[in-house]
Amino acid sequence: MPTRTVVVGSASGLHARPAALFVAAAAKQPVPVTIRTGEKKAVPARSMLSVLSLGAKKGTEVTLEADGDGAQDAVDTLAALLERDLDAEDG
Amino acid sequence: MADLQGIGVSPGRAAGPVHRLAPPPPLPPAPAVIDIDAERSRARAAVATVTSALSERADAAADATAAEVLRAQVLMAADETLLDAVDTAIDGGADAPHAFVAALAEHRAAFEAAGGYLAERVSDLDDLRDRLVAACLGLPMPGVPSPGHPFILVARDLAPADTAGLDPSVVLGLITAEGGPTSHTAILARTLGIPAVVRCGAVLDIADGVLVSLDGSSGAVAAGLSDASAKSVNDAQRALLDRRSASAGPGATADGHPVALLANIGSARDLPAGVDVEGVGLFRTELLYLDRTEPPSFEEQVAAYQQVFAALPGRKVVVRTLDAGADKPLPFLRLADEPNPALGIRGLRVARATPAVLDTQLSAIAAAAAASTADVWVMAPMVATAAEAAAFAASCRDHGLRTAGVMIEVPAAALRAGTVLRDVDFLSIGTNDLSQYTFAADRMCGDLADLLDPWQPALISLIAACATAGREAGKPVGVCGESAADPDFALVLVGLGITSLSMAARSIPAVREALAAHTHDECVQFAKAALAADTPTAARAAVRP
Repeated sequence: MPTRTVVVGSASGLHARPAALFVAAAAKQPVPVTIRTGEKKAVPARSMLSVLSLGAKKGTEVTLEADGDGAQDAVDTLAALLERDLDAEDG
Repeated sequence: MADLQGIGVSPGRAAGPVHRLAPPPPLPPAPAVIDIDAERSRARAAVATVTSALSERADAAADATAAEVLRAQVLMAADETLLDAVDTAIDGGADAPHAFVAALAEHRAAFEAAGGYLAERVSDLDDLRDRLVAACLGLPMPGVPSPGHPFILVARDLAPADTAGLDPSVVLGLITAEGGPTSHTAILARTLGIPAVVRCGAVLDIADGVLVSLDGSSGAVAAGLSDASAKSVNDAQRALLDRRSASAGPGATADGHPVALLANIGSARDLPAGVDVEGVGLFRTELLYLDRTEPPSFEEQVAAYQQVFAALPGRKVVVRTLDAGADKPLPFLRLADEPNPALGIRGLRVARATPAVLDTQLSAIAAAAAASTADVWVMAPMVATAAEAAAFAASCRDHGLRTAGVMIEVPAAALRAGTVLRDVDFLSIGTNDLSQYTFAADRMCGDLADLLDPWQPALISLIAACATAGREAGKPVGVCGESAADPDFALVLVGLGITSLSMAARSIPAVREALAAHTHDECVQFAKAALAADTPTAARAAVRP
């Protein structure tokens, strides 16, 4: 099952705008993706409340996981998004 | 027509129909038996109502930050895991309103546990819960109403979440039953330029739709106006604003005695286009540090300061170093919980344990100043002694910052203003905190608003002591508290010998106009009379008999 562990790159952490962008991107993926921090329970990446509740800050390691057709692409796309500093980007 | 009285906190007059902020819905007792399918569809309908209402507000929000908060709330409301948890609670015997409360309580706990930024977002979750519960019960949405025409917003008090994206073209005026002159409502109203009256308890008895007028200077509220008199109030106000917006240039009394009129800002965004400012008298740097787990880097700070300095070429900018403490906690400072944060480790005192944060900030200010033509001054908050002031000034000079001063917020520093001035270049009086510490009255305690009145003779005496010390030393003494925005009080300050007044940029035109209408000698007479008065009322009467 495709899995990627990345470090959150956004200055404000996985909150506010970065979280909204991440959740919106997760909802566009063809397969459900989960996200977790450390050994805590994985939560759906398309759930804004669950993603916020992770409390992931800049530098926190998070693990993405998905299964099914297109899972690898989905995990890679979302991992790349997490690593960027979304606070520093306009639009 | 009924006349009511409150405390005017944001000058200007306005008239319009009353619409009140809807209170959070009361949760009804849980029913013993529920129809599971009916409750499930009720929950879905509530989500649909709330998401569409929030999306509409997000699209209409004038402010980008407010729109972002609302869009995040839409994502939370439409969250499938929320509906799953609600369904589970309904299966367990809860009705839809209680199911929303239970489902959101879990996330609320996670937000609180995460601390920092997320803990501050708890109010967004609570707002969402109130909206979903109200939608289930068929009650009006809590929060600022949108009647579709301009109105006067009436509330018991306003929380920051209520006022995100308050639009001054629709909200003509604010009247609250509680709150005080330094409350969130007052500061927000002045920043947006909305006339406001606080502590007008009887206003809650006025029915929605009744025409009222308010005077944000005198605190007078009149209810039961005719359409014609409401229109004439607004026409007169518009004419006044038009005349003022034409006013420009440096501040001075009628006989040409100069008084610098400066702006209080938190970032370059607070400098509204079209308002002519001579400079910035208070640049609060906290904004950069909020919502952070680590302090902003040197480079990031240089960039932020440069943005402000670049907007004010050749003009004065007074930068206040970080003003944090247990009341405005920042995780990287690792400040212990204090039973009484206002009297604890805050302002310059933070540098006792964590000097590196101030060091980096001074280096960044110096680097940004070196790269701009702005005349950059630096001052420290919460200074109590001359020794603290001298140490701060020495540190500024070590960093290459030429003009170093301190804020006067602690009575101890005001009483020894002459000694404090010996090693610094200027003083800036923060009247909000100086009031709080002189009268031992919490700024946020609306019930003590009478003690926090800037016209209190003891406060005027302390300001006078600082101004006298400045005159003797030949060094400038400014006021950067909200009181400088009161045109009448500004006359007294100038008469006492204050050399600059710093306020929300929108307040400058009214103060400029008041100064231009009086000679310096008249200001001195006002100041003498205010100093001789025994009560705030008598002091006010000295200027406006």
